[in-house]
Amino acid sequence: MTDTAATTATPEDTGPMLAADGTPLKRSLARALRAQKMRALALIAPLLIFVLLTFIAPIVDMLFRSVENQIVSDTLPRTTLALKDWDDSTGDLPGDDIFFAAYQDIFLAAEAKTHTRLGTRLNYEFTGVSSLFRKSGRGLDDIGEVYQDAFKDLDKDWDKGAPWVELMGSDDFVAEAQAWEKGDALPEFELRDGMADLLPLTAVAYEDFARFQRVEEEKSLLKEEPWTLVHTMLFRDLQAQDVSGYSGPRAEMLKAADALVDGGELPPLDVRTTFEKIDKDWMDVDVWETIKMYSPNYTNGYFLNAVDMQKTPDGPAWRDDDERIYGLLFKRTMFMSLVITFSCIALAYPVAFLLSNLPARTANLLMILVLLPFWTSLLVRTSAWKVMLQQQGVINDVLVWIGLVDDANRLVMINNQLGTIIAMTHILLPFMILPMYSVMSTIPQTYVRAAKSLGATNWTAFWRVYFPQSVPGIGAGSILVFILSIGYYITPEIVGGTTGTFISNRIAYHISSSLNWGLAAALGTILLAVVLILYWAYDKIVGIDNVKLGG
Amino acid sequence: MADGSNGDAFVAFERVQKSYDGETLVVKDLNLSMPKGEFLTMLGPSGSGKTTCLMMLAGFETATHGEIKLDGVSINNIPPHKRGIGMVFQNYALFPHMTVAENLAFPLEVRKLGKSEREAKVKRALDMVQMGAFGGRRPAQLSGGQQQRIALARALVFEPELVLMDEPLGALDKQLREHMQFEITNLAHSLGITTVYVTHDQTEALTMSDRVAVFNDGRIQQLDPPDVLYEEPKNSFVAQFIGENNTLEGVVQEIRGDTCVVKLDDGEVIDATPVNVTQVGERTKVSIRPERVEIDRSRLQPGAHTLKAEVLEFIYMGDIFRTRLRVAGNNDFVIKTRNAPDQVKLSPGTMIDIGWLPRDCRALDAT
Repeated sequence: MTDTAATTATPEDTGPMLAADGTPLKRSLARALRAQKMRALALIAPLLIFVLLTFIAPIVDMLFRSVENQIVSDTLPRTTLALKDWDDSTGDLPGDDIFFAAYQDIFLAAEAKTHTRLGTRLNYEFTGVSSLFRKSGRGLDDIGEVYQDAFKDLDKDWDKGAPWVELMGSDDFVAEAQAWEKGDALPEFELRDGMADLLPLTAVAYEDFARFQRVEEEKSLLKEEPWTLVHTMLFRDLQAQDVSGYSGPRAEMLKAADALVDGGELPPLDVRTTFEKIDKDWMDVDVWETIKMYSPNYTNGYFLNAVDMQKTPDGPAWRDDDERIYGLLFKRTMFMSLVITFSCIALAYPVAFLLSNLPARTANLLMILVLLPFWTSLLVRTSAWKVMLQQQGVINDVLVWIGLVDDANRLVMINNQLGTIIAMTHILLPFMILPMYSVMSTIPQTYVRAAKSLGATNWTAFWRVYFPQSVPGIGAGSILVFILSIGYYITPEIVGGTTGTFISNRIAYHISSSLNWGLAAALGTILLAVVLILYWAYDKIVGIDNVKLGG
Repeated sequence: MADGSNGDAFVAFERVQKSYDGETLVVKDLNLSMPKGEFLTMLGPSGSGKTTCLMMLAGFETATHGEIKLDGVSINNIPPHKRGIGMVFQNYALFPHMTVAENLAFPLEVRKLGKSEREAKVKRALDMVQMGAFGGRRPAQLSGGQQQRIALARALVFEPELVLMDEPLGALDKQLREHMQFEITNLAHSLGITTVYVTHDQTEALTMSDRVAVFNDGRIQQLDPPDVLYEEPKNSFVAQFIGENNTLEGVVQEIRGDTCVVKLDDGEVIDATPVNVTQVGERTKVSIRPERVEIDRSRLQPGAHTLKAEVLEFIYMGDIFRTRLRVAGNNDFVIKTRNAPDQVKLSPGTMIDIGWLPRDCRALDAT
C-alpha cells in the first residue's frame, strides 16, 4: 500500500491497521516493543552464550563424531584411492600398486607419527591392526635404505640436502633457501619446471618431504637429507624414465644414478614382500577389507557397533552372540530406569500426599528432611549405601542378628542390579517428591470434600477425584527421574558391580579408557534419541501440557 | 435463644460445641432445629462459627460435644458420604478433569445407578438449571455463573433432601448474584428441599431465606424470619449487623409497659420500646432505622419527643435521599427519605427537628 493510500485508509479497509501517524500498526508496535525485546535478549544473552558453548556445541560435536571417519582417508590417501578399484569379493590380496600406495602412505604417516592413531582407530574394527601399523611404521624404512645406500655409494651428494634442493627446486626457491637465515619464515618449496614429468614419483615424495620439513620440523631443506622414500621413488623413476634429455643442475649426478639403475645391479623393488616380512598379517585379506570398508569420510560403523552389529563386505551383520553387549546394556538401562521410576512413584506419592495435607509450617519442616540428601555429596550418599548394603554391612548384620538371615548366607545386595536400584531410588526420590508435592499442594481440599458429599467413599474420592488431578505431578516427576536415571553414571559405577551398570558406564569407559570416542558418541547419540522418542511418546500419550512442576 | 430441640425437626443441633485447639470454643452451645422444606440462612461475620456449623452438618468436622440429628437420627458418627446431603461449595469444586455431564453423573455413579437412568437424571438436572447444552464442556470453559449453576445441579442431581450451600454466590458480580439468589430460592422451594445456606452478605440472607440465624461469637444471636430480624432485632449486635442502623446511647429513665423514656448522654430525652432493658437506670443503646426517622412533625404522635438535628451532608441517590445529621453528639446519624415530588432537599447547615414512633426505636443492650 502506498503512503497516500495508507493515510486515507480506515480501519474497516482490508489493508493493515494503521497507527495515528499512518505507519502500519504492526510496525509501530514492533518498534515500541523492540527496546523491550532487546532488553530481554540482553538479560538472557549470558546464559544463551554459555549454553551454546558448553552444551549445544558439544552435543553437535558428539553427534558429528559418531559418524566422522576422515582419519583413514586423511592418513592413507593413496591407498584408499587405490583400494576403490580393488574387488574384495574375490578373496585375492590387493595388487602391487596398492602395496606401493600403502608404502608411501604409511611411510609419510610414520614420519608424521599419525600411523599409530590410525592403527588405534582401525583396531576397534579389527583387532591387531594397531600393532601391525606400529611395526610397519618402523619397518618400511628398510625398503628405501638399500637404494639410499647405493646412491650414496655412487655419489656422496645423494645423501646431502643441498644437492637435492638444487636438483628438485626451482631457481627461485634455491635462491630463497640459500638466502634464508635462522629466525625468518622458511620459504615455500617450488618444484623445478619439468621435474614433475621427468621424475614424477620423486617429485611428489620430495614435495611431501619439503612440506614436512617446513611445517613440522621447521628446518632448512639445504641441511636435511631426504627420506629413504625419496630415494626409493628416484629408483622407480629412473627405472621407468629417460633422463638423458635433462640438462639442468645436477644433471651429471642424475645421469650417473640412472646408469646405476639401468645397470641392473640394484635389487628390484618388492614392496609386498617387505610388508610380508614386517608382519604376516599384511597377507590377510581381512586387513585390507577393513581398510577399504572404513575408507569413506563418514561411516555408520560406530552406530552399527553401538547396536551390536558390524560392517562386513556384504553389508551390516549381527555380531556373534557372545560379542553382543550394547543391546543388553540398553535394555538393562531402560528396564532399571523404569523400575527406579516406579519405586520412586510408589515411595514418593504417600510422602507428597502427606506433605501437601499438612499445615504449611509442619510441611516445610518435613520438606527439609526430604531435601536433606541434596546437602550431602552424591558420592558420600552412594558410598554410604555401599556400607549399608554390603555382605558385612549394616543391613545384613541386623538381619543376621535378628535371625532372619543365616550368617553363612548373607544377602548379596550390592554390586548388582538390586544395589543400583536401591541406591538410585534413594538418590532420585527428591526429584519425584518435589514436583508431586508442588502439584498436590495446589489441589484444594474442597474437591475431595465435594466428592464425599456427593456420596463417594474415601477411596473413590481419592481415586476418581484426587488422583487424576495429581497425575501431572506424577508425570513431571517420572520424566525427571527417568531421564536422570537413564543417563546416571556415578551410582551404578560404584554400587553396580558388573550386572548393575548402565549404558552410561560403558560410554564413560569408551571416553576415558578405550578412547573409542566415535563409539561413545554413537552410544550417546542413541541414548539421546531414546530419551527424545520417549519424551515425544509421553507428549502423545499423556500430553506435555499435563506436566506441571507446580502452580 | 433459638428454638430448642423438637421432635418434628428435620435438622437439629442439640447443645453442639466445637473446639479446634482444645482451648477456645468456636461454636458455643448451639441449638437449632429446622423443619423440612425450610430455607435457613446462617449469617454472620467471618469467624462467627457459621461455616464450622455447616461443616459439622456435612460431616467434614466432628462436633466436640452435643448431637446433630438428621430426620431424628444422630449423624455424629456417620461419615460424610453416607449422609446423603447435597453441598455447593464456595468455589464450586467442580472436578476440573471431568466434563459437566461427568461431574453430574459422579454422585449417581457412586450410587451405582444404571447408565440410562444416570443419563436421564443428568439431563433433567441440567435442564433444571438451563444448562442442557453444556454437558460436554469442561468446567474451565464455563463462566462463573454457569459453573455456579452446574455446582447447584450437581448438588441436586441425586435428589438429596438436605442441601448445604457455603457462600455459593460469593465469586459472582452483583447483577448475577441477584439473579442467582432468585433462582436458588425458586428451585429450593419448587423441589421442596431443605436448605442451609451460609453467607456473610445480609442482603442475600434477607432476600432468600425463610429464616435467618445470625451468628456471632459462636452463638446464634437471633433466629427469625427476615422481616422480624430487620424490624425487631433482639440485641444491638443484630440491629447493627442487619441493615443500616442509627445508634444513640443513654440511660433508661422510665419504663411504662411497652414504651420507655431514654435520657441520652447529652441530656435529650426520647421515647423507645424496651427490648432488653428491664430497669430504670440501666445503660442502653437505642436503635432507629434510617427510613423510620420522621422529619415531618405532623406525622408524629402528639407529645412525642423530638430531637434537634443539624444537617451535615445531603446525598442524592436517585430513588432516595440520604442525609447525614448530627444528633445528640452523633455525627453519623443517617436518615433516608423517599424521592417524592414534595420532598424537601435539606441543605447542610440547616437545623431540623426529627422524631419517630416509639415502636421504631428499640432500646437494646449497651454492649
